[in-house]
Amino acid sequence: MVGAAATDRAPDGDGALVDALRSGDEKTFAALVDGWSGSMLRVARAYVSTDSSAEEVVQDTWLAVLTGLHGFRAQSSLRTWVYRILVNQAKSRGVRDRRSVPFASLAPGTGGPSSDEPAVDPSRFQGPGERYPGGWREFPAEWPEQAVLSREVGAVVTQALRTLPPRQRVVVTLRDLEGHSAAEVSDLLEISTGNQRVLLHRGRSVVRAHLERYFAGAPVGRAG
Amino acid sequence: MTMTCHEVVEVVTAYLEGTMNPEDRVLFEEHLVLCDGCERYLRQMRRTIDLIGEVDEGSLSGRTRQQLLDAFADWKHSAT
Repeated sequence: MVGAAATDRAPDGDGALVDALRSGDEKTFAALVDGWSGSMLRVARAYVSTDSSAEEVVQDTWLAVLTGLHGFRAQSSLRTWVYRILVNQAKSRGVRDRRSVPFASLAPGTGGPSSDEPAVDPSRFQGPGERYPGGWREFPAEWPEQAVLSREVGAVVTQALRTLPPRQRVVVTLRDLEGHSAAEVSDLLEISTGNQRVLLHRGRSVVRAHLERYFAGAPVGRAG
Repeated sequence: MTMTCHEVVEVVTAYLEGTMNPEDRVLFEEHLVLCDGCERYLRQMRRTIDLIGEVDEGSLSGRTRQQLLDAFADWKHSAT
């Protein structure tokens, strides 16, 4: 995340970055590779079936970036341009592998996994005949504060992200891990903004539910 | 019209994204003022987003990374 933050610039700040790359500045290139490749791997992994395929996709993406760098026009941010190359590389690799998840076929409403899953188990709300229909039966329990820094909590989040259907995982990764805007993600993945928001909502809700279960079951004194 | 807790948890992302229409936004915020459970839920959602942002992303293998740095050096020399 440190590397991502250091290279996370507004489009109009990309000029210096692009100039440094074009002039062959190895430190700049290494910083970009180190800062962005982690989330690029996650995105690639949503399209291909193995970690090693994802690694090859990311490698090919950086090579394609070098090939195209002199032709890059700052109509989009450097990062958006790199991710666009990544998504294209990952898609064609996925098609070649024929074992990949067909991204477009998992559109919400077409029966994709979890596409209709509620954010919270409906049984936690009161029914029509009860005193407050649609109200909590019992409020969500408070979460411990100190757990923010816990390695265990990090593992819970990582595991939760792994359980997400690919489309949700890629949207949550791009938005919340990598900090792309809603518009950028819709554009990159060629989905509507409404579709993007639904995937984000489902994905975040699942991660929250994992955290809730973890905090409810964590032995006292071990949470932090 | 009011908004139920069950509805709140399904529109929380629209609220955080700022894409809610003004009428729903008023209902949502009115509900939060009155409902500790949903106020807590919203806080947990924000916390979830923060925690996702802190996840260690993993990285390329050392070998792939080195191959890329070498490729950059080659690219640099072929360009000059």
